[in-house]
Amino acid sequence: MNKKAQPNFRDNDGTPLLKFIGSELKPKNKLLTPFNIISFPIVLLGLALIVIRFWKGLGAITNLSQEVPWGLWIGFDVVTGVAFAGGAYVLTFMVYILNMKKYHSIVRVTILNGFLAYAFYTGALLLDLGRPWNVVNPIIGNNFGASSVLFLVAWHFLLYMMAELLEFSPAIAEWLGAKRAAKILSGMTIGAVIFGITLSSLHQSGLGALYLMAKDKIHPLWYSEFIPILFLVSSVFAGLSMVIFEGSISHKVFSDQISEKDHKSHDGIIHGLSKICAGAMFAYLFLQFMVFIHGRNWDLLNTPMGYWFLLEMIGFVMIPMMLFFYSYRTRKIWLIRVAAILTMIGVVLNRLNVTVIGFRWNAATHYVPSWMEIVVTFAVIFTEIWIFRWVVSRMPVLRKSPAWAGHDED
Amino acid sequence: MGFDRRNFFRTLCVAGATLAVGNSFGAVKSDEEAVEFQGMLYDSTKCLGCRACERVCAKTHDLPEPKDELKAGVPRNMTETQRTAINNCITSKGEVFVKKQCMHCNEPACTAACLTQAMYKTKEGPVIWRGDKCMGCRYCMVSCPFDVPKFEFHSANPKIQKCDLCYDRIKSGKIPACAEACPGDALTFGTRRELIAEARKRIFESPKDYINQIFGEEVAGGTGLLYLSPAPFNELGFNTKLQNSSYPALTKGFLYSVPSVDVLLPPLLLAIYEATKNNNSKEEDHE
Repeated sequence: MNKKAQPNFRDNDGTPLLKFIGSELKPKNKLLTPFNIISFPIVLLGLALIVIRFWKGLGAITNLSQEVPWGLWIGFDVVTGVAFAGGAYVLTFMVYILNMKKYHSIVRVTILNGFLAYAFYTGALLLDLGRPWNVVNPIIGNNFGASSVLFLVAWHFLLYMMAELLEFSPAIAEWLGAKRAAKILSGMTIGAVIFGITLSSLHQSGLGALYLMAKDKIHPLWYSEFIPILFLVSSVFAGLSMVIFEGSISHKVFSDQISEKDHKSHDGIIHGLSKICAGAMFAYLFLQFMVFIHGRNWDLLNTPMGYWFLLEMIGFVMIPMMLFFYSYRTRKIWLIRVAAILTMIGVVLNRLNVTVIGFRWNAATHYVPSWMEIVVTFAVIFTEIWIFRWVVSRMPVLRKSPAWAGHDED
Repeated sequence: MGFDRRNFFRTLCVAGATLAVGNSFGAVKSDEEAVEFQGMLYDSTKCLGCRACERVCAKTHDLPEPKDELKAGVPRNMTETQRTAINNCITSKGEVFVKKQCMHCNEPACTAACLTQAMYKTKEGPVIWRGDKCMGCRYCMVSCPFDVPKFEFHSANPKIQKCDLCYDRIKSGKIPACAEACPGDALTFGTRRELIAEARKRIFESPKDYINQIFGEEVAGGTGLLYLSPAPFNELGFNTKLQNSSYPALTKGFLYSVPSVDVLLPPLLLAIYEATKNNNSKEEDHE
């Protein structure tokens, strides 16, 4: 397996800091990979579109309208992206608070993923803001709209990103060989985790709460006063499905970084996560069922939107839930991956149904994202993957920390 | 006026607040008592459909004069270049004109949505937009039940366009430009309380001309714009299914839970952490 020489991935042990960083900035892997060949032109095109967007206004590249002011960039990049980043708070809860050491080997990569998702998807939010130069207003100064859900979401986002950076920072310190800093930062992990989980629970639900005032605009099958709770519960299995999916890919792409022991334990980790996903999805389905009964929307089921709702609930929540259960009992890892992908499709559907598809479902003209909005979305995702790859192939994320860091689990 | 219960509580609150925050808000009391919400009554039976209001509105706010034609039964909406729009609706009582504009809610969804207080409910009543604070997130548009705020999607420095009830004119003692320009007296400017009394009087004096409802008296927790009509309001293009309670109240439960969760969850997590930490060390001892 280990064709590449292991010393290719090495933490700093004594070289001057700037020189070390300089050497690390150079690309380490082949440049002409299929992924790079596809992603590079899309990112370039995305950058060009972003220039047009700031030059001519949002209307130049988006299909947003007075009726549908929030489109793909909010509904997918932000609302869905943050749900998928939920794995970080769930895993830190399991590993640091519940002390489930089994999952320790995937904690760092999940935190990194979560942090980058926040940085990029909420970064994409800046593209969507009409007047981004005023973005600091709710952070500094006397313009606190404290009665706004968005105000709370913004603050919880910001603080959570700091908490995640703090949770990840020991990896950076280990990479740079900063032993003292690594020790101090590691000591702050528990605090960061506790506040991170608190902040997460509120902004995951807060993203749903954003839509509470759009009562008359969202299809009644997706609108209820319980959107915040539904968003919070679904973020648990959305995040864990992402962890399963991303872990399966990472273990192939970065296999030379992963120790024999971690390779062997990975199936066990996925296996355990499938049980948690199934449980969370059961709770979610139960909640959805209660909300549905409570809303007395039986007659809406026999409409096109009703079939769409049933497809989401049965095809992409109930079926993957049963697959998770079944594959947990029969220990079929490939089936867990299938279930994770189905679950992720279900989460995308759910978030888009609330924010885009079910939003003004009864309007004469429907919002369909322009190809340019989609290109920018992909550009954001690809850039995030580039950064992720850059970090993983340099810092001790998947591979072991240097011996001096002295992690107790090793 | 005696020292009744309400006054007593108000004094108590102001005294408490003053004690709590010091002298900085000392002036609040006298300010709040001096002003009552102002609004506008639109009587569609008096509207001539001349669109003088549209033209003077455009002129007052430096917007292009609307050139499109008013046709019966063809809905016209406010746009990012037009803050008010006259519609000619075909109703069960024949053709009825109706003026669309910002409703200036008592408890506006847009101001509750705004995270920078750019959308702002002034103490006089008008809901205004302040460009130096707005970050262009358009959450006000998502939240407004009447779909009033419009965004300049084709500008690099986009603004939100919506009626501000000519707040600058009101402050200098004038009335809104549209109310001043209206040749048919369809628009009356005044305090909300007076306008509701006036509307009731008109319904009482000529019950055959009006349906017995003032649109805006209750909808969305009450609005500054009040409408009288000879035909049911759903026939005038209003969404009569909107709730009568205020829209910001929909987020109250969530907003209230935030500080509790922020305060209560960390100690709980810390407690679980401490508990599981001990468990583990015992297990290790056994091994």
